[in-house]
Amino acid sequence: MALQSGEKLPMFIGHVWSKQKSRWTLMGLRLLAFLAAAAATLVMVLNKQTKTFVVATIGTTPVNLTLTAKFHHTPAFVFFAIANGLVSIHNLVMIMVDLLGSKFDYKGFQLPMIASLDMLNLALVSGGANAAAFMAELGKNGNSHARWDKICDKFGAYCDRGAGALIASFLALALMLVISFLSILNLKLVNSSSHNSHNNIIALPN
Amino acid sequence: MAETKRIFTFLLRFIAFCTTLSAVIIMISSRQRATVLVFSFEAKYSDTPAFKYFVIVNAIVSIYGFLVLFLPSKSLLWRLVVALDAVFTILLTSSISAALAIAYVGEKGNPIAGWLPICDQVTKYCNQVKGALIVGFISVVLYMLLFLYSLHTVLNPLLLEKS
Repeated sequence: MALQSGEKLPMFIGHVWSKQKSRWTLMGLRLLAFLAAAAATLVMVLNKQTKTFVVATIGTTPVNLTLTAKFHHTPAFVFFAIANGLVSIHNLVMIMVDLLGSKFDYKGFQLPMIASLDMLNLALVSGGANAAAFMAELGKNGNSHARWDKICDKFGAYCDRGAGALIASFLALALMLVISFLSILNLKLVNSSSHNSHNNIIALPN
Repeated sequence: MAETKRIFTFLLRFIAFCTTLSAVIIMISSRQRATVLVFSFEAKYSDTPAFKYFVIVNAIVSIYGFLVLFLPSKSLLWRLVVALDAVFTILLTSSISAALAIAYVGEKGNPIAGWLPICDQVTKYCNQVKGALIVGFISVVLYMLLFLYSLHTVLNPLLLEKS
Protein backbone atom coordinates (compact mmCIF):
# COMPACT_ATOMS: atom_id res chain seq x y z
CA MET A 1 0.00 0.00 0.00
CA ALA A 2 1.33 3.38 -0.88
CA LEU A 3 -0.07 5.14 2.16
CA GLN A 4 1.60 5.15 5.53
CA SER A 5 -0.52 4.39 8.55
CA GLY A 6 -2.01 7.49 10.00
CA GLU A 7 -1.88 9.39 6.72
CA LYS A 8 -5.14 11.12 5.92
CA LEU A 9 -7.41 9.89 3.14
CA PRO A 10 -9.73 12.65 1.93
CA MET A 11 -13.21 11.36 1.22
CA PHE A 12 -15.66 12.86 -1.21
CA ILE A 13 -17.93 14.31 1.45
CA GLY A 14 -15.22 16.79 2.30
CA HIS A 15 -14.42 15.38 5.70
CA VAL A 16 -11.00 14.03 6.36
CA TRP A 17 -10.88 10.44 7.65
CA SER A 18 -7.85 8.71 8.91
CA LYS A 19 -6.96 5.38 7.45
CA GLN A 20 -7.60 3.60 10.72
CA LYS A 21 -11.13 4.94 11.03
CA SER A 22 -12.14 3.85 7.54
CA ARG A 23 -10.63 0.43 8.16
CA TRP A 24 -12.63 -0.05 11.35
CA THR A 25 -15.83 1.23 9.66
CA LEU A 26 -15.43 -1.32 6.91
CA MET A 27 -14.80 -4.09 9.39
CA GLY A 28 -17.82 -3.09 11.48
CA LEU A 29 -20.02 -3.15 8.37
CA ARG A 30 -18.64 -6.54 7.43
CA LEU A 31 -19.47 -7.86 10.88
CA LEU A 32 -23.04 -6.60 10.57
CA ALA A 33 -23.39 -8.11 7.10
CA PHE A 34 -22.00 -11.41 8.37
CA LEU A 35 -24.51 -11.46 11.22
CA ALA A 36 -27.44 -10.57 8.96
CA ALA A 37 -26.58 -13.16 6.30
CA ALA A 38 -25.90 -15.85 8.91
CA ALA A 39 -29.22 -15.08 10.59
CA ALA A 40 -31.03 -15.32 7.26
CA THR A 41 -29.39 -18.68 6.49
CA LEU A 42 -30.11 -20.15 9.90
CA VAL A 43 -33.72 -19.03 10.03
CA MET A 44 -34.40 -20.37 6.54
CA VAL A 45 -32.66 -23.71 7.10
CA LEU A 46 -34.45 -24.35 10.38
CA ASN A 47 -37.81 -23.31 8.96
CA LYS A 48 -40.27 -26.16 9.30
CA GLN A 49 -43.90 -26.54 10.20
CA THR A 50 -46.11 -29.59 10.47
CA LYS A 51 -49.87 -29.39 10.31
CA THR A 52 -52.62 -31.98 10.36
CA PHE A 53 -55.69 -31.51 8.23
CA VAL A 54 -58.96 -33.32 8.45
CA VAL A 55 -59.61 -34.33 4.88
CA ALA A 56 -62.73 -36.46 5.13
CA THR A 57 -64.90 -38.20 7.63
CA ILE A 58 -65.72 -41.87 7.19
CA GLY A 59 -68.58 -42.63 9.53
CA THR A 60 -67.39 -41.11 12.77
CA THR A 61 -63.63 -41.44 12.17
CA PRO A 62 -61.95 -38.39 10.68
CA VAL A 63 -59.28 -39.06 8.09
CA ASN A 64 -56.19 -37.02 8.86
CA LEU A 65 -53.53 -35.82 6.47
CA THR A 66 -50.27 -34.57 7.91
CA LEU A 67 -48.30 -32.15 5.81
CA THR A 68 -44.88 -30.74 6.60
CA ALA A 69 -43.63 -27.55 5.03
CA LYS A 70 -39.85 -27.55 4.79
CA PHE A 71 -37.57 -25.11 3.06
CA HIS A 72 -36.00 -27.65 0.74
CA HIS A 73 -39.26 -28.33 -1.07
CA THR A 74 -38.74 -25.02 -2.83
CA PRO A 75 -35.53 -24.69 -4.91
CA ALA A 76 -35.65 -20.89 -4.59
CA PHE A 77 -35.33 -21.18 -0.81
CA VAL A 78 -32.47 -23.66 -1.18
CA PHE A 79 -30.68 -21.14 -3.41
CA PHE A 80 -31.47 -18.42 -0.87
CA ALA A 81 -29.94 -20.46 1.96
CA ILE A 82 -26.82 -21.32 -0.06
CA ALA A 83 -26.34 -17.72 -1.26
CA ASN A 84 -26.66 -16.25 2.21
CA GLY A 85 -24.37 -18.94 3.62
CA LEU A 86 -21.71 -18.09 1.04
CA VAL A 87 -22.04 -14.36 1.74
CA SER A 88 -21.64 -14.87 5.49
CA ILE A 89 -18.56 -17.06 4.92
CA HIS A 90 -17.13 -14.41 2.58
CA ASN A 91 -17.58 -11.65 5.16
CA LEU A 92 -16.05 -13.82 7.87
CA VAL A 93 -13.02 -14.57 5.70
CA MET A 94 -12.62 -10.88 4.83
CA ILE A 95 -12.68 -9.94 8.52
CA MET A 96 -10.02 -12.56 9.22
CA VAL A 97 -7.89 -11.30 6.33
CA ASP A 98 -8.14 -7.78 7.63
CA LEU A 99 -7.25 -8.72 11.17
CA LEU A 100 -4.63 -11.41 10.65
CA GLY A 101 -3.40 -11.16 7.09
CA SER A 102 -0.93 -8.32 7.26
CA LYS A 103 2.10 -10.60 7.02
CA PHE A 104 0.97 -12.42 3.89
CA ASP A 105 2.42 -11.29 0.57
CA TYR A 106 -0.45 -10.62 -1.82
CA LYS A 107 1.75 -9.34 -4.66
CA GLY A 108 -0.40 -6.25 -4.94
CA PHE A 109 -3.63 -8.11 -5.62
CA GLN A 110 -5.23 -7.70 -2.25
CA LEU A 111 -7.45 -4.68 -2.86
CA PRO A 112 -8.69 -5.63 -6.37
CA MET A 113 -9.46 -9.13 -5.12
CA ILE A 114 -11.43 -7.80 -2.18
CA ALA A 115 -13.39 -5.41 -4.41
CA SER A 116 -14.21 -8.07 -7.03
CA LEU A 117 -15.20 -10.65 -4.44
CA ASP A 118 -17.42 -8.10 -2.73
CA MET A 119 -19.20 -7.38 -5.97
CA LEU A 120 -19.62 -11.06 -6.81
CA ASN A 121 -21.17 -11.70 -3.43
CA LEU A 122 -23.40 -8.66 -3.86
CA ALA A 123 -24.79 -10.11 -7.09
CA LEU A 124 -25.19 -13.50 -5.41
CA VAL A 125 -27.11 -12.24 -2.41
CA SER A 126 -29.30 -10.02 -4.59
CA GLY A 127 -30.24 -13.01 -6.75
CA GLY A 128 -30.99 -15.21 -3.76
CA ALA A 129 -33.00 -12.63 -1.83
CA ASN A 130 -35.06 -11.68 -4.84
CA ALA A 131 -35.94 -15.23 -5.89
CA ALA A 132 -37.06 -16.05 -2.35
CA ALA A 133 -39.04 -12.80 -2.16
CA PHE A 134 -41.07 -13.64 -5.25
CA MET A 135 -41.66 -17.21 -4.09
CA ALA A 136 -42.83 -15.86 -0.73
CA GLU A 137 -45.19 -13.47 -2.52
CA LEU A 138 -46.57 -16.43 -4.44
CA GLY A 139 -47.11 -18.35 -1.22
CA LYS A 140 -48.77 -15.39 0.40
CA ASN A 141 -51.11 -14.34 -2.38
CA GLY A 142 -51.36 -17.42 -4.55
CA ASN A 143 -51.99 -17.12 -8.25
CA SER A 144 -55.60 -17.32 -9.34
CA HIS A 145 -54.73 -17.65 -13.02
CA ALA A 146 -52.69 -20.80 -12.49
CA ARG A 147 -55.06 -22.15 -9.81
CA TRP A 148 -52.36 -22.05 -7.14
CA ASP A 149 -53.79 -21.52 -3.67
CA LYS A 150 -52.03 -19.43 -1.10
CA ILE A 151 -50.50 -21.42 1.71
CA CYS A 152 -49.79 -18.72 4.29
CA ASP A 153 -53.20 -19.03 5.90
CA LYS A 154 -52.52 -22.68 6.67
CA PHE A 155 -48.82 -22.52 7.48
CA GLY A 156 -48.70 -19.17 9.24
CA ALA A 157 -45.61 -19.76 11.39
CA TYR A 158 -43.60 -21.05 8.39
CA CYS A 159 -44.51 -17.92 6.44
CA ASP A 160 -43.64 -15.61 9.32
CA ARG A 161 -40.22 -17.17 9.83
CA GLY A 162 -39.58 -17.03 6.10
CA ALA A 163 -40.47 -13.34 6.14
CA GLY A 164 -37.97 -12.78 8.95
CA ALA A 165 -35.23 -14.53 6.98
CA LEU A 166 -36.05 -12.39 3.94
CA ILE A 167 -35.82 -9.16 5.93
CA ALA A 168 -32.41 -10.20 7.31
CA SER A 169 -31.24 -11.03 3.80
CA PHE A 170 -32.33 -7.68 2.39
CA LEU A 171 -30.49 -6.00 5.24
CA ALA A 172 -27.39 -8.00 4.30
CA LEU A 173 -27.90 -6.90 0.68
CA ALA A 174 -27.97 -3.21 1.64
CA LEU A 175 -24.87 -3.65 3.79
CA MET A 176 -23.04 -5.52 1.01
CA LEU A 177 -23.85 -2.62 -1.33
CA VAL A 178 -22.21 -0.13 1.04
CA ILE A 179 -19.26 -2.48 1.62
CA SER A 180 -18.67 -2.91 -2.12
CA PHE A 181 -18.79 0.83 -2.59
CA LEU A 182 -16.23 1.36 0.18
CA SER A 183 -13.94 -1.37 -1.18
CA ILE A 184 -13.97 0.17 -4.65
CA LEU A 185 -13.32 3.56 -3.08
CA ASN A 186 -10.31 2.11 -1.23
CA LEU A 187 -9.05 0.73 -4.51
CA LYS A 188 -9.48 3.98 -6.33
CA LEU A 189 -7.87 6.18 -3.74
CA VAL A 190 -4.82 3.94 -3.38
CA ASN A 191 -4.58 3.74 -7.14
CA SER A 192 -4.71 7.47 -7.72
CA SER A 193 -2.20 8.26 -5.02
CA SER A 194 0.33 5.78 -6.34
CA HIS A 195 0.66 7.35 -9.75
CA ASN A 196 -0.22 10.76 -11.03
CA SER A 197 -3.29 9.95 -13.05
CA HIS A 198 -6.17 11.94 -14.40
CA ASN A 199 -8.61 9.18 -13.64
CA ASN A 200 -9.82 10.61 -10.36
CA ILE A 201 -13.41 9.42 -10.18
CA ILE A 202 -14.11 11.52 -7.10
CA ALA A 203 -12.94 15.07 -6.73
CA LEU A 204 -10.58 15.10 -3.81
CA PRO A 205 -10.84 18.36 -1.92
CA ASN A 206 -7.41 19.35 -0.74
CA MET B 1 -5.22 -1.11 -30.27
CA ALA B 2 -7.47 1.54 -28.81
CA GLU B 3 -9.60 1.47 -31.94
CA THR B 4 -10.09 -2.30 -31.67
CA LYS B 5 -11.01 -1.96 -28.01
CA ARG B 6 -13.57 0.71 -28.77
CA ILE B 7 -15.15 -1.26 -31.58
CA PHE B 8 -15.19 -4.39 -29.44
CA THR B 9 -16.88 -2.56 -26.54
CA PHE B 10 -19.41 -0.96 -28.84
CA LEU B 11 -20.22 -4.32 -30.40
CA LEU B 12 -20.60 -5.96 -26.99
CA ARG B 13 -22.89 -3.21 -25.79
CA PHE B 14 -24.95 -3.45 -28.94
CA ILE B 15 -25.37 -7.21 -28.55
CA ALA B 16 -26.28 -6.77 -24.87
CA PHE B 17 -28.89 -4.17 -25.84
CA CYS B 18 -30.32 -6.56 -28.43
CA THR B 19 -30.57 -9.42 -25.94
CA THR B 20 -32.39 -7.37 -23.31
CA LEU B 21 -34.75 -5.97 -25.94
CA SER B 22 -35.52 -9.44 -27.30
CA ALA B 23 -36.09 -10.78 -23.80
CA VAL B 24 -38.71 -8.09 -23.30
CA ILE B 25 -40.36 -8.71 -26.66
CA ILE B 26 -40.46 -12.50 -26.31
CA MET B 27 -41.89 -12.31 -22.81
CA ILE B 28 -44.53 -9.74 -23.74
CA SER B 29 -45.71 -11.66 -26.77
CA SER B 30 -46.17 -14.93 -24.88
CA ARG B 31 -49.79 -15.72 -24.43
CA GLN B 32 -51.94 -18.75 -24.99
CA ARG B 33 -55.57 -19.56 -24.52
CA ALA B 34 -56.33 -23.02 -23.16
CA THR B 35 -59.40 -24.93 -22.09
CA VAL B 36 -59.27 -27.10 -19.01
CA LEU B 37 -62.47 -29.07 -18.39
CA VAL B 38 -65.08 -26.36 -18.81
CA PHE B 39 -62.89 -23.36 -17.98
CA SER B 40 -61.18 -21.40 -20.68
CA PHE B 41 -58.33 -19.33 -19.39
CA GLU B 42 -55.59 -17.35 -20.97
CA ALA B 43 -52.01 -17.54 -19.78
CA LYS B 44 -50.24 -14.20 -20.04
CA TYR B 45 -46.95 -12.96 -18.70
CA SER B 46 -48.76 -10.36 -16.58
CA ASP B 47 -50.40 -13.01 -14.40
CA THR B 48 -47.20 -13.40 -12.44
CA PRO B 49 -45.52 -10.47 -10.68
CA ALA B 50 -42.12 -12.10 -11.19
CA PHE B 51 -42.48 -12.00 -14.97
CA LYS B 52 -43.75 -8.42 -14.82
CA TYR B 53 -40.65 -7.49 -12.79
CA PHE B 54 -38.48 -9.30 -15.35
CA VAL B 55 -40.06 -7.32 -18.21
CA ILE B 56 -39.77 -3.99 -16.38
CA VAL B 57 -36.12 -4.48 -15.44
CA ASN B 58 -35.12 -5.63 -18.91
CA ALA B 59 -36.98 -2.69 -20.47
CA ILE B 60 -35.13 -0.22 -18.24
CA VAL B 61 -31.80 -1.88 -19.03
CA SER B 62 -32.46 -1.83 -22.77
CA ILE B 63 -33.27 1.88 -22.65
CA TYR B 64 -30.03 2.45 -20.73
CA GLY B 65 -28.08 0.28 -23.17
CA PHE B 66 -29.50 2.20 -26.10
CA LEU B 67 -28.49 5.55 -24.57
CA VAL B 68 -24.97 4.38 -23.73
CA LEU B 69 -24.38 3.38 -27.35
CA PHE B 70 -24.46 7.03 -28.29
CA LEU B 71 -21.98 8.20 -25.67
CA PRO B 72 -18.87 9.75 -27.26
CA SER B 73 -15.78 7.92 -26.16
CA LYS B 74 -13.87 10.79 -24.60
CA SER B 75 -16.76 12.03 -22.49
CA LEU B 76 -16.51 12.28 -18.72
CA LEU B 77 -19.79 10.40 -18.32
CA TRP B 78 -17.98 7.04 -18.62
CA ARG B 79 -17.36 7.16 -14.87
CA LEU B 80 -21.13 7.31 -14.36
CA VAL B 81 -21.45 4.42 -16.79
CA VAL B 82 -19.33 2.25 -14.50
CA ALA B 83 -21.63 2.88 -11.54
CA LEU B 84 -24.79 2.44 -13.62
CA ASP B 85 -23.38 -0.76 -15.09
CA ALA B 86 -22.96 -2.13 -11.59
CA VAL B 87 -26.51 -1.21 -10.59
CA PHE B 88 -28.09 -2.59 -13.72
CA THR B 89 -26.10 -5.82 -13.65
CA ILE B 90 -27.31 -6.50 -10.12
CA LEU B 91 -30.90 -5.64 -11.08
CA LEU B 92 -30.66 -8.03 -14.01
CA THR B 93 -29.36 -10.90 -11.86
CA SER B 94 -32.16 -10.39 -9.37
CA SER B 95 -34.82 -10.28 -12.09
CA ILE B 96 -33.58 -13.42 -13.81
CA SER B 97 -33.41 -15.36 -10.55
CA ALA B 98 -36.94 -14.32 -9.56
CA ALA B 99 -38.35 -15.26 -12.97
CA LEU B 100 -36.49 -18.58 -12.92
CA ALA B 101 -37.89 -19.42 -9.47
CA ILE B 102 -41.48 -18.88 -10.59
CA ALA B 103 -40.93 -20.62 -13.93
CA TYR B 104 -39.58 -23.65 -12.05
CA VAL B 105 -42.79 -23.86 -10.01
CA GLY B 106 -44.80 -23.56 -13.21
CA GLU B 107 -42.88 -26.40 -14.81
CA LYS B 108 -42.54 -28.86 -11.95
CA GLY B 109 -45.21 -27.75 -9.51
CA ASN B 110 -44.93 -27.97 -5.74
CA PRO B 111 -46.64 -31.08 -4.34
CA ILE B 112 -46.57 -29.95 -0.71
CA ALA B 113 -48.37 -26.72 -1.43
CA GLY B 114 -50.76 -28.41 -3.83
CA TRP B 115 -49.57 -26.40 -6.82
CA LEU B 116 -49.93 -28.30 -10.05
CA PRO B 117 -47.57 -27.64 -12.95
CA ILE B 118 -49.22 -25.68 -15.71
CA CYS B 119 -46.78 -26.36 -18.53
CA ASP B 120 -48.75 -29.35 -19.78
CA GLN B 121 -51.80 -27.25 -20.49
CA VAL B 122 -50.15 -24.18 -21.98
CA THR B 123 -47.12 -25.61 -23.74
CA LYS B 124 -46.60 -22.79 -26.22
CA TYR B 125 -46.69 -20.15 -23.48
CA CYS B 126 -44.27 -22.19 -21.39
CA ASN B 127 -41.81 -22.59 -24.26
CA GLN B 128 -41.89 -18.91 -25.06
CA VAL B 129 -41.28 -17.99 -21.43
CA LYS B 130 -38.36 -20.43 -21.38
CA GLY B 131 -36.95 -18.75 -24.49
CA ALA B 132 -37.26 -15.31 -22.89
CA LEU B 133 -35.48 -16.57 -19.77
CA ILE B 134 -32.62 -18.05 -21.81
CA VAL B 135 -32.14 -14.75 -23.64
CA GLY B 136 -32.34 -12.93 -20.30
CA PHE B 137 -29.64 -15.18 -18.90
CA ILE B 138 -27.36 -14.41 -21.85
CA SER B 139 -27.96 -10.71 -21.22
CA VAL B 140 -26.95 -11.14 -17.57
CA VAL B 141 -23.66 -12.75 -18.61
CA LEU B 142 -23.00 -10.03 -21.19
CA TYR B 143 -23.73 -7.24 -18.73
CA MET B 144 -21.42 -8.81 -16.17
CA LEU B 145 -18.63 -8.87 -18.78
CA LEU B 146 -19.38 -5.26 -19.73
CA PHE B 147 -19.30 -4.17 -16.12
CA LEU B 148 -15.97 -5.84 -15.46
CA TYR B 149 -14.58 -4.40 -18.66
CA SER B 150 -15.71 -0.83 -17.94
CA LEU B 151 -14.39 -1.14 -14.39
CA HIS B 152 -11.03 -2.19 -15.81
CA THR B 153 -10.94 0.51 -18.45
CA VAL B 154 -12.02 3.49 -16.43
CA LEU B 155 -10.57 2.67 -13.04
CA ASN B 156 -7.54 0.65 -14.09
CA PRO B 157 -7.57 -1.33 -10.86
CA LEU B 158 -4.89 -3.86 -11.65
CA LEU B 159 -2.44 -1.17 -12.76
CA LEU B 160 -1.97 -3.05 -16.02
CA GLU B 161 -1.72 0.08 -18.11
CA LYS B 162 0.84 2.74 -17.39
CA SER B 163 -0.58 6.18 -17.93
